[in-house]
Amino acid sequence: MNRSPHTPSRKRIDWITPLFQLAALLLALLFTTLMLLAVGAPPLQAYLNILKGAFSNVNSVANMLVVWAPLLLTTVGVLITFSAGLWNIGVEGQVTLGAIFTTWVLRLLQESALPPWLIILLAMLAGMLGGAVWAALAGALKTFGGVNEIFGGLGLNFVATALTLWLIFGPWKRPGTGSMSGTLPFPETLWLPTLSGLRLSPWSLALALLALAAVYLLLRGTRFGLRLKAVGKNMRAAYLLGIPTWQHMMASFLLCGLLAGLAGALQVTAVYHRLIPSISSGYGFLGLLVAMLVNYQAIWAAPVALFFAALNIGSIQLPIVLRLDSSLAGVLQGLLVLFVLLVEGARQQIMKRLRPPDESVPVEERT
Amino acid sequence: MTQEQILLGLASVLAAAAPVLFAVIGETISERAGVINLSMNGTILLTAMGGFAVALRTNSLLLGFLTGMLIGALVALIVAFSSITLKQSQVAVGFVLALLCRDLAYFLGNPYMNVPGPRLTVIPVPWLASLPYVGTLFFNHTVITYLSFVMIFLAWAWIFKTRPGLMLQGIGERPAAAFVRGANVNRMRYLYTVLGGALIGLAGPAYSLSVKAGWAGTISGLDGIGWIALSITIFGGWNPLRAAFGSYLFAFLQWLGLVLQARLPNIPSQVLQVAPFPLMILTLLLVNIGDAEWVARTLATLPEGVRRLLIRLLRVLRSSPPAALGVPFESE
Amino acid sequence: MDVTLHDIHKTFGRVHANVGITLHVPAGTIQGILGENGAGKSTLMKILSGFIRADRGEIRLDGRPVVIHSPSDAIRHGVGMLHQDPLDFPPMRVLDNFILGRHGGLSLGRAAARRDFRQLAEQFGFALDPEAYVDALTVGERQQLEILRLLWLGARVLIFDEPTTGISAAQKEKLFAALRLLAEQGRTVLFVSHKLEDVEGLCHKIAVLRQGQLVGEVRPPYKTALLVEMMFGKNIVTGERAPAEPREVTLHLDSLSAEDNRLAVRNVSLSVRGGEVIGLAGMEGSGQGLFMRAICGLTRPTGGRIRVGGRDLTGRSYLSFKRHGVAFLPAARLEEGLVPGLNLTEHFVLAEEQRGFFVNWEAGRALARQRIGDFNIRGAPETTVESLSGGNQQRALLALLRLPLTLLLLEHPTRGLDIESTIYIWSKLRERCAQGTSILFISSDLEEILQYSDRVLVFFSGRVTPPLEAAALTSDRLGELIGGKGWPEKGRER
Repeated sequence: MNRSPHTPSRKRIDWITPLFQLAALLLALLFTTLMLLAVGAPPLQAYLNILKGAFSNVNSVANMLVVWAPLLLTTVGVLITFSAGLWNIGVEGQVTLGAIFTTWVLRLLQESALPPWLIILLAMLAGMLGGAVWAALAGALKTFGGVNEIFGGLGLNFVATALTLWLIFGPWKRPGTGSMSGTLPFPETLWLPTLSGLRLSPWSLALALLALAAVYLLLRGTRFGLRLKAVGKNMRAAYLLGIPTWQHMMASFLLCGLLAGLAGALQVTAVYHRLIPSISSGYGFLGLLVAMLVNYQAIWAAPVALFFAALNIGSIQLPIVLRLDSSLAGVLQGLLVLFVLLVEGARQQIMKRLRPPDESVPVEERT
Repeated sequence: MTQEQILLGLASVLAAAAPVLFAVIGETISERAGVINLSMNGTILLTAMGGFAVALRTNSLLLGFLTGMLIGALVALIVAFSSITLKQSQVAVGFVLALLCRDLAYFLGNPYMNVPGPRLTVIPVPWLASLPYVGTLFFNHTVITYLSFVMIFLAWAWIFKTRPGLMLQGIGERPAAAFVRGANVNRMRYLYTVLGGALIGLAGPAYSLSVKAGWAGTISGLDGIGWIALSITIFGGWNPLRAAFGSYLFAFLQWLGLVLQARLPNIPSQVLQVAPFPLMILTLLLVNIGDAEWVARTLATLPEGVRRLLIRLLRVLRSSPPAALGVPFESE
Repeated sequence: MDVTLHDIHKTFGRVHANVGITLHVPAGTIQGILGENGAGKSTLMKILSGFIRADRGEIRLDGRPVVIHSPSDAIRHGVGMLHQDPLDFPPMRVLDNFILGRHGGLSLGRAAARRDFRQLAEQFGFALDPEAYVDALTVGERQQLEILRLLWLGARVLIFDEPTTGISAAQKEKLFAALRLLAEQGRTVLFVSHKLEDVEGLCHKIAVLRQGQLVGEVRPPYKTALLVEMMFGKNIVTGERAPAEPREVTLHLDSLSAEDNRLAVRNVSLSVRGGEVIGLAGMEGSGQGLFMRAICGLTRPTGGRIRVGGRDLTGRSYLSFKRHGVAFLPAARLEEGLVPGLNLTEHFVLAEEQRGFFVNWEAGRALARQRIGDFNIRGAPETTVESLSGGNQQRALLALLRLPLTLLLLEHPTRGLDIESTIYIWSKLRERCAQGTSILFISSDLEEILQYSDRVLVFFSGRVTPPLEAAALTSDRLGELIGGKGWPEKGRER
């Protein structure tokens, strides 16, 4: 049979990798436990509390899904830019701009005679546009200005925050004086409909799942997705294969921006119903973490994002019940990704040492 | 505004820039050796909290600052280990650490929220402090601000005026050439990354024990400083003097924001305080744009005189990063 | 210093780069090391200068056996090496480059170093400004800086790796004068080159390497024919070739010029007909790579016109050339040709430009399977390209080419491949020619050039011969041209 000489060793690696990943998970838990012990908190109780906080009743599960929807959107968004080999750290700002554009259209049209569903639809489309505009800026800075997307993106994040504050305290301030609690809430007719008695809007869920499916398909099954991957893995070879590289990078920015903008639009129409200073809730950065944790594979994005959302919601009760800060969720998330990265690095180094040197450099024909 | 007020204001700018300066100089040293420490934003928060907590518990400001340096060094050690030894992406690990350390600070710092604690006192330099203008401006500060003045020149002299500093430049620029000249590239990278991390770790306590004394968790207003320090590092072109200029400019713009707020009540204060950020992007653009291909192409079409002028302008602004920044080194 | 290399062996994987090389170089000698690419010259020099360790063998300096662990260790023993691309720090000043690496206290001691620098520079007649930045210097000046630096560090053996590549004639004169002075001072100079004229004019004796072995040593007076034969082996018999049918002109170059920071290729005019094979001969870095990248839009030409299939494509991008039927296969297969991490099917899908938004994986796999069969690639559609062997990567690259092509450009199409793959690849390329594709290929293998080309362009330091009929060319003549001999005087050519 015509088989690659590496097939056997590849098989051997395949059962080792999950072992290493398990080790990463255990290490993260171990460290978190040690930390809880250090601050004098009962670890088991803390973990149980998080679980309870996330899954105790319909309400908490619904809240978890409220977090899940925008987080999934940013995650699949950055999966597109990661595919093209780009670190779109500006995704935070893209979420924020989405929220700003949505608020803007809602404000413009709330007094109009248009039917509410149309206003919401237009507002959400505007949100997507806003995210895309912000992403395009980062992309343009990268392609035409030579500014690394990490630094351009960080700068644009700050500008987005500044813009939000200016709007809240300036042109869009509440009657009287502006306040950190944001702009005046929109009338309930302009809210994305929720399930009765819950904060969860089925529309958010549907949109997030739709986006997940679309991105999965895009990266798995389309020519565009394949070209993006080629650009991300070897820009030089991709160009020689005939792929216009900067255009593809720009397109990946735009698509990510659309999804991040949609996340921002949901934050306004489905969650806060107004513009608040930290409207992005850090979902952009969290999405980057999720994407790193799933090793940039869309297929795992949904469960891992759900796990992160559960941690976020589950830890809300911590300050009240155990007098612990709710940032425990972030600590656990961060440790998990850190250990996965470190353990993966260790695995690669160990594998490199175990593999005979001759096999790693296929110079000549082997028979 | 009276002359006295302006003078005091400018003195406060010098003091407020001190923490940023430590962070920027630490990052500059680390990047000069070829390692990007992207964790800075988290490190500053964690060291601010840790330094404050230790100073409060032990009632020793010195221990507070030392704790900060230790934490900063440890975080940098993780970055160094994962990038140099494990050959993983510096950006990925740094970014995770930036978020992790921030949340760690909020979590561990919970018991110290809004607790009154020790802070550095202003120590006027005898005789010098009474000089007109100069005295108020430069000689009426806390120890940490004086240290920040010294640090600028120390770092500058080390990088540009000493033998090991010259090798530091070489390691970040062309590790292979440094190796031929006898440098143990990876050991040096470890050393400078950890040293840079320790300096970044001074930034936190410089806030929590001096500039913005105390720990207030999420409303400390420190979240974001690290990202700014990162942009100032680039703006500073990996030169401590230019980095110092960037840090003072940033602190000055923030102060100006506060001053203008009193004059222009219509503009919310939050806006003026973030005004430096768009400026940062603009400078990043100006610093980098000289390398873009289309710029070279456009310049070629311009008349000679205009082109000369523009090229000279771009060259002054331009700052090329160390050529081997983020690139792992393996000797054969 | 007296240098003895005794029975040096070094293997890389399966390649035996140095096979029991023994060489004695007395102090005060300029020793030439001659050989074609891959003959083992660099490996030998890297062993002496501490970059790599020999598997077996001994190095003796002034009769004493030494073990050299690293380049800085070599310097401590008095052995310094100048690399073809000088290992210096371009954004730093000349003086700082000079100082860097010398042990001493904390202070740089710039004043003392500047004095020593001036003194040394004067001794050799080098006009270098210690305050200038290295990135503003020419390669020749950077070499001068390295010579001074190594001498300042106490080097008594100096190794020069292809030092005359990319420097001007005047700088070469200066360099040779400096080398002679070094020898007079009792220092030992090892001069690695493939340029016959240079080694003949300079060296006290020449060692010739071929396929990792020392073929022999020659002393003056030198006979060029003998050196060429020692370098390249026996005279090669040119293969039979059917005369190409006269077809349409596919590529027309009208005084094309191109430049990079090392050298310039000027005013090349050439007409290539369909089905014709043009070999570009020359040692690596003589301008053929630059020339090839200029005629597919990867480097912007500085002058002249390029017409492909009658259409003027001068100044267009590579993608535009590609659309007009030009394909380029780079030598660095995994760096520039293929995308590591993607499998063969994905490569075929990318290259084939299927229609529609979605990938038809079924069709892609079928195509992959078919091409894998056609090109005898040892791999499956799901095999990632980096796990293929070199020969199979090259077959994959050829298999990726679309039909029909007007012009196919190849860099070292068979480098590192065994004889079976080489023959196979050329049979595939011949099929292309039969379909009317013109081929231009770069090779440093004389046999390959003579056997497969219809016409040959020889490159030497940016200079280009007019197209030579391969049938009328002997390997001796070709070897001389590659080594820079027998060229018309500059200024009179063309």
